[in-house]
Amino acid sequence: MTLALTAPRRARLDPSWPILIAFAAILIALIVLPMSWLAYFSVTDKTGALTLDNFAKLVTDPTFVDPLITTVILATSSAIICCVVAAPMGWLVARTDMPLRRTIRALVTASFVTPPFLGAIAWELLAAPNSGLLNQLYRGIIGDPGAEPLFNIYTLPGLIFVISCYTFPYVFVLVANALDRIPGDLEDASSILGGRMWVTARRVTIPLALPAVLAGALVAFLQAMTLFGSPAILALPAGFHTMTTKIWSLFQYPPKPELAAAASIPLLVLTVLLLRAEHMILGRRSYAVVGGKQSNPRLVQLGGWKWVALGLAMLVLMNPVFLPYGALLNAAFSRTASQFVSLTNFTLHNIEFVFFELSATKLAFKNTFILGFLSATIGTIIAVVISYLTARRAIAGWRALAFLATAPVAVPGIVLGVGLFLSYTRPPFVLYGTLWILLIAFVTIALPAAYQQLQAAFRTVSVDLEEASRILGATRLQALSHITAPLLRTSVIATWCFIFVGVIRELSAAIILFTSETKVISVLIFDLNESGDLGAIAVLGIIMLVITFAVVVAINRIPGFGGGVRFRS
Amino acid sequence: MRVKVSRRALLRSTTALAASTAFATRAAAAPPAEPVTQALIAAAQKEGKLAFYTAMDLPVAEKFAKAFEAKYAGIAVRVERSGAERVFQRIGQEMASNIHAVDVVNTADGAHVIVWKRNGWLAPYVPEDVARHFPAQYHDPDGMSALTRVWLSSLGYNTNLVKPEDAPTSFADLLDPKWMGKMVKAHPAYSGTIMTATFQIARELGWGYLEKLAKQKVMQVQSSTDPPKKLALGERAVMADGNDYNLIQLKERGQPVEVVYPSEGTPFVTGPTAVFKSAPNPNAARLFQSWLHAREGQQLLVDFARQHSLHDQVTGKPGAAKLSDIKLMKDDAAGVEAQAEEIKARYAKLFGV
Repeated sequence: MTLALTAPRRARLDPSWPILIAFAAILIALIVLPMSWLAYFSVTDKTGALTLDNFAKLVTDPTFVDPLITTVILATSSAIICCVVAAPMGWLVARTDMPLRRTIRALVTASFVTPPFLGAIAWELLAAPNSGLLNQLYRGIIGDPGAEPLFNIYTLPGLIFVISCYTFPYVFVLVANALDRIPGDLEDASSILGGRMWVTARRVTIPLALPAVLAGALVAFLQAMTLFGSPAILALPAGFHTMTTKIWSLFQYPPKPELAAAASIPLLVLTVLLLRAEHMILGRRSYAVVGGKQSNPRLVQLGGWKWVALGLAMLVLMNPVFLPYGALLNAAFSRTASQFVSLTNFTLHNIEFVFFELSATKLAFKNTFILGFLSATIGTIIAVVISYLTARRAIAGWRALAFLATAPVAVPGIVLGVGLFLSYTRPPFVLYGTLWILLIAFVTIALPAAYQQLQAAFRTVSVDLEEASRILGATRLQALSHITAPLLRTSVIATWCFIFVGVIRELSAAIILFTSETKVISVLIFDLNESGDLGAIAVLGIIMLVITFAVVVAINRIPGFGGGVRFRS
Repeated sequence: MRVKVSRRALLRSTTALAASTAFATRAAAAPPAEPVTQALIAAAQKEGKLAFYTAMDLPVAEKFAKAFEAKYAGIAVRVERSGAERVFQRIGQEMASNIHAVDVVNTADGAHVIVWKRNGWLAPYVPEDVARHFPAQYHDPDGMSALTRVWLSSLGYNTNLVKPEDAPTSFADLLDPKWMGKMVKAHPAYSGTIMTATFQIARELGWGYLEKLAKQKVMQVQSSTDPPKKLALGERAVMADGNDYNLIQLKERGQPVEVVYPSEGTPFVTGPTAVFKSAPNPNAARLFQSWLHAREGQQLLVDFARQHSLHDQVTGKPGAAKLSDIKLMKDDAAGVEAQAEEIKARYAKLFGV
């Protein structure tokens, strides 16, 4: 508001105002329009008359009730497993002298950016009951080719396991970051007062970290609940649906968009409720550390146990990283995906097929890159402007803008997909069939994380420099681009890269919104899974991972960047 | 040997098709057969590309695409492959949104061309070879589609996991408790082959059979091209349905799989091809339709894709099973069209997905 007071006469001519209004309009188009159509469709029937039948069907028809129950079981179990595994790991990495802590963090990042659907396919290769490589190894070791499988990935526990593999990083990052910030003095005080290691842990460290663990549990729950790819790949062979696969199946001919809309509502409501809960919990955490003065945390000396700890951490990371990547590499070069590569079955056929025969490859890569580039660029621009406006409280409606920019976090990808499909397949905005609709989806999905990251960055840049430039006659936009933007370069580049990586792995909205000409790599891989072309999937998946890691490595080269951004898929 | 024998068997086994389906419902005046002219080739090359939507196995479809591209330089074929029911859904969604992306479509569910024709989406086009070399009852009287390929939804087994003497020989055998948890099958809501097969099996053996089969803990995959691959991987021992042609291809490549044509009769699947009226590349679409039904495309269908052709000049592959030697179930595309919704709903209830 002080800015407006310093240059009241200029405000009318300042070209930034129309732009600000335009950004508010963009946000409304991104979020309010699809959600309104979703709500409207959920309470109408085929003829457009108002009805509650869709919801009645949702709560009475077992083909809807069962997936809902399955989804709740799945999400709860995944959240618990993620906490049990990730919280101790986060503590080991943040607060102990365990060796290779940086490597462990890097490997967690690797599981973080691995597309969950790719992980699910890799786990099919590893733990399908009969052809799975691990089960074959096991049978070989015990010398009984007819033995019952050790693992069966095509089960609810199998699905929970695979989802946990790619969800635990959320808990890990939250816990590790929280422990990084909890001052060591509190623990020192405890030990000076005679508290032994476990007493200190029980009475000081754990209570301080608990809010982060709980928040992590909620995020893990949300991830597991809204994931589409992994259940579509593993649950269908096992003979059950989750809510996301059920919503997807409602688009089978003849499509039932009104039921899909109604089935999306429970996911939406649950997400909103859980995010409120997360907000309350995280609010308490910041209160909990108010008393402490920032000092470097004291590392717990594990002694000989540090090697045990490292072994356990590596054992955990086998599951999301080493084993699946190994299985994909094996499948890419093996004539039969279920056989270990050897001299007799080594082949380059899969690579040849993907690059020279598969006519969808080029288009899918082109679309993915265009979308990744545009989503990252546009998403970053929107996030920068909105973070600026809210951090500086530059316009009257900044609170509404902040809310709108954060709101998509409450919309699961597949729900957003359904909403956008309903909004943009009919006049006045027919965008279905173009890359625009996917662009809107990807920008919307990326916006909350991008906004949160940049908003935090803006708070570190003093407002004085901007005001100085404005007093010297610069418009608000000039001040932004000449003063603030250069100072924020690191955060901006990081945000760009994270959106780009997020787009590459997005499937749940894309699966509803793609057409044959707007196919992306994730959808291509999903289609190849339908026809069982595992070799081609392995090749495409490895290319995807290589691109992703190239981008992640590029981010890590940026000095001073360490935090994680929330991904959704 | 000539395929004439098979064609006769075909005629015998599919009288229902001739009597009741999209084809031959009335003796309308079909549009005149059109030869491939230099003008058509030039116009197609000017368009330079075409979108071929299909349900056939991806490597098979890409093989056709590459062979066509080799013959007519400068026309890039983009294959859009998924299960026929998903192709059907995709085209429906795209057309409803006024998106005209599809040029030519080859499905695995004969019912689809009935719906597309009724919707007025198809362009009349009779390639010369279809008029001269295909039996009249296998192309639409109004020239809206032609029956490109015929194959079967067979049973099969992995020869490493099952001895030939223990292998199932009938649908009834699959209900033996010894196959509990050892079978794989595809899904009628994704695959046209399986939609067709489920219709015929339910008609011949009753839904009671499928009810019992559902209790056998069958691994459920989507496309009918997947069960043969799951057998080759060794993931399951027995295939309860799926494409016979994928099994034949895998066997020829030395994979440990074997085809079984069940004693009750094998579901008979038809895959017609149609040119869309709204095709963005209408000339390339017609040229492809002509090439696909000419001797070259049809011979590739038999030799590489291991399916059956209706073209009277195409020669069968030596040693290959002849349709005349296999007991076949009767095709009824109109019946499938009428019951598709019910089949999907009943199936979902039985198998849980």
